[in-house]
Parts: sequence; structure tokens; C-alpha cells
Amino acid sequence: MSGVPEVYMSADEIDARASEFILRQHDVGDWNESDQQSLDTWLDESLSHRTSYWRLEAAWLRADRLDALKHLPADTGEVVSNRRRRFGFVVAAAVLVAALAGTAAFNYPWRGTDVAYATNVGGHRTILLADGSRVELNTDTDLRIETDATHRTVRLVKGEAFFQIRHDAARPFVVLANGHRVTDLGTEFLVRENGDGVKVAVVEGRARLEYTDESKEHQAIVLSPGEEAVSTRNALSVTKKTVTESESELGWRHGMLMFHHTALPDVAAEYNRYNRTKIVIADPQVAALTISATLPTTDVGAFARMAQNFLGLHVEKEGDEVLISR
Amino acid sequence: MADRPRIEFEGAPASETVRLERLKAWFVEEVLPLESVLVQFLSRGGRGKAEVEDLRQELYTKVCAAAREGFPHPARPFVFTVARNLLIDRLRHEQIVPFDTVENLEDLNIAIDEPAPDRVVIARQELRRLQLALDKLPERLRNALVMRKVEGLSIREIAQRTGLAEKTVEKHLTEAMRALAHILYRENLGRPA
Repeated sequence: MSGVPEVYMSADEIDARASEFILRQHDVGDWNESDQQSLDTWLDESLSHRTSYWRLEAAWLRADRLDALKHLPADTGEVVSNRRRRFGFVVAAAVLVAALAGTAAFNYPWRGTDVAYATNVGGHRTILLADGSRVELNTDTDLRIETDATHRTVRLVKGEAFFQIRHDAARPFVVLANGHRVTDLGTEFLVRENGDGVKVAVVEGRARLEYTDESKEHQAIVLSPGEEAVSTRNALSVTKKTVTESESELGWRHGMLMFHHTALPDVAAEYNRYNRTKIVIADPQVAALTISATLPTTDVGAFARMAQNFLGLHVEKEGDEVLISR
Repeated sequence: MADRPRIEFEGAPASETVRLERLKAWFVEEVLPLESVLVQFLSRGGRGKAEVEDLRQELYTKVCAAAREGFPHPARPFVFTVARNLLIDRLRHEQIVPFDTVENLEDLNIAIDEPAPDRVVIARQELRRLQLALDKLPERLRNALVMRKVEGLSIREIAQRTGLAEKTVEKHLTEAMRALAHILYRENLGRPA
């Protein structure tokens, strides 16, 4: 059968290599383009490398759910009592950590209500909550999750996140960002903080958007699937997106940027959210070009090659900048 | 708008990436959950641990190579057919044919049309299963995993708090990752069989 590697390497050896890549990528925190390239090269060598990587990465991301132990609310009865019984060692570890840190007042936060999550530029992280909800953080994002028996609140300090929420009317799920409140009404939705306001896009179900400042003359609006609201302190616009457009906006969930007749400066701005190497388009003639393409978020090289080979543009790397001109 | 030059570009590498993403989703969601039953089957006939791992890896590679053209839904009968063929090939190669090995595969097929459990139930079971998996890890790996995944400490912070070198912490975490995958995909952790 084709695709089966000719060179023998034991499953254990492959798993060991894959786990090193995954740890560097997800946990060490200095993952860059050349790391991505060596990973891609290794994955391309054999489908067995890819299945090993997929399998271990899936297990590793599943383990992210363990952080639910930090903020699992009291109303999940059985699981809580199990956790208490089985997790003596967690307490022991916490005590050990407290002793090592030399802080007598160390307060292990697993019953706490405030947990912070963040991603670096180019990062992507999925958080699974104890209630079965899922939150995906896009690049350069900072958010806090506060939960108790009657509330589930997320503060999006900066960046962008996609929410797949297990709806519970008795315990509403609320996202606070830039003076706005987004309330889940049984839904999948995206919230992006963009400097002076928010963008909210609903994929499934409905979500309510309103200002947190109640003195404001503004009625709450309810968004339906395909609707995208952009709201600032004094302006609100709602547009209906096509399925293709909505999918494009969520391409980052699969590590992809999708463009449809997008002007190059907008393409560059989008790329620059994900990479420390910044694309600069200074030439107004170049700025008028539009492209339709699907490209990896953290591969500035892919964009540079496309600009050079398909658009015939001049590409020059200067320090942390890639200059594009005619 | 209309006078703007418009250039269409759909590069081959990009569509390859999207295709691989789909293959990955299918593999993770439909094939990996079969691992415990598959490994049980591949272990028959007195194979050693390392050999079973290699067989499993070969099986996954074959399954994904065969699925490149389209993803069989449900995956179960397809994966079992590939497993059966792989094992028959192997037995032929070894020139030993213990009859029960191949026949027993039929027993495993009984569960092929098992309905997917309710999503909510999965969410609750998942945390329980992770807790049980955590309990089964050797202590040094478990401690590293708890500090990283429960407390959310960085590798540097774990190294500072435990007095271990960062490289050692990384080694513990990669070992924990592999051990966790084996436990999660293999062992009966309260999952409906």
C-alpha cells in the first residue's frame, strides 16, 4: 500500500520525537517559524509521524480539561466528591509548592473562581470547561474565567475567542469585553476585542449583545446565526455574512487564514496579528491588489512566496519586517 | 472596486493543509476512540508490547493512507477491515496461523454499531476519565502534569519550584504525554465498552 514508510523506526521512537515537538509547540512558549518548518518537514517524511503527532496532541489537549479542577463549581456533585477523594496528592503537591515558594498564605486555587488564560502572538489554545463548554483562544489573547454556582463569566481582556457553550438558563454564560456584554442564548459565537469596541459573530443559536454601562441609551440586540455585529461606544452595525464568509473568519481555528478578494493591506494586517515578523506594504499600487487564498496563520514565508511567485512582487526581509513592493 | 486588479490564488499546498486538517479531525474523532479494542485484538497470539505498538502504528498509517480519498462513516467497520487484513498479512508472513486469532475478530465486530453516547454524558465522563488516568501515572510524571495542566505553571516555574532543570521538567512532561495517551486510549476508564 502506498504511503507506508519504507524506513523502519519503532513506534516508541516516533512517539518520543512527536511528544518533543508537541511540548515545544504548546508548552515551552518560544515556538517560531523555523520550529514550524522543522515540524512540517518531519511530518511530511511519513504518515506514521503524522498519526503519532495527531494522537499524542489530541491526548495532550484533552488533558487541558484537568484545569476544570481549579474552578469546578459545587453543583457538579458526583465529580466533585470523587475529585476530593482521589486528589489527595493534588493537595499534597499544593502544600509542597507552598512550602517551596515560602508563602504561608498560599491558597490553592482549585476552588477559586478566577482563572486566567493567555496565548502569545501566533498562539492557539483550547480550554474545556467542566460544564462541557469549550473556549478557543486565538493569537495574542488574554481572558479570565470566573465561575460559581449561578454565574459563568468570561472577561476578554484582549484578543479573540470562539465559544461553544453548553447552554444553561439558570447559569448564564456571559462574555465581557470593551464595555460590552455578550450573553449566550444557546450558542456558538466569536468575540473579538478590537481596540475601541467588539466584534461578535454568531455561528449557531443566538447571543445577546449590550453595553455593560446601563446608563447608555442602547437596546440589547439579539444576534442570529450568520450575523456579525461590530460595536463601539457610540456606533453599532450588524451585517449578515454568507456561510463562506463566516467560515473564513474562523479559519484560525484550524491554523488557516482565508481570504476572498481581500486587499493586500488587510491581508498583511491579519497576518501581523499572528506573527512577530511583520509584513509592511508601503507601495500604494501594491495596496490596490486583492487576493483569494487560504494560507497558514504562522507561515509568513507562504505569503512572501505567493507575493513573489504569483503576484510578481518584490519581497525583501529587513530585520523583523518583510517589505512588499513592486 | 471594479477597476482593482484581481488575482485568484488557490495554492496546492494550502488545499493540502486543509485536507490534512480534515483527515486529522476524522482520525482523532473516529479512529482513536477504537484504540483500546484494536490493541486488544492486535495483542492476541502472544505478541510483545513493542511489537503491538508497531502494529498499531502501522495500522494507523494504513488507515490514514486509505482514507486520503474520503473518510468512511462510520469508521469502525472500515478500521476493523484494515486491522484484519494487516493481521492476516502478518500471520502469513510469520507462517503461523493460530485459527482463533482471525476468528475472534468476529467477536469484536459485534460492537460496530454502538451508538455515540450523549455529549453531556461525555463531558462529565471525560473529567472522571482524566482523573483516573492521572491516578495511574507514576508520581514524578503526575506531579509535573498537575503543575502544568491543573495549576497552569510554565515549565520555568515548575523548574523553579521543584529545583529540577528545565530540560528534566520537559522530559517528565513528554513522558507524561505519552503515558497519558496510552492510558486514555487503552484502559477501561469507565467508558461504555
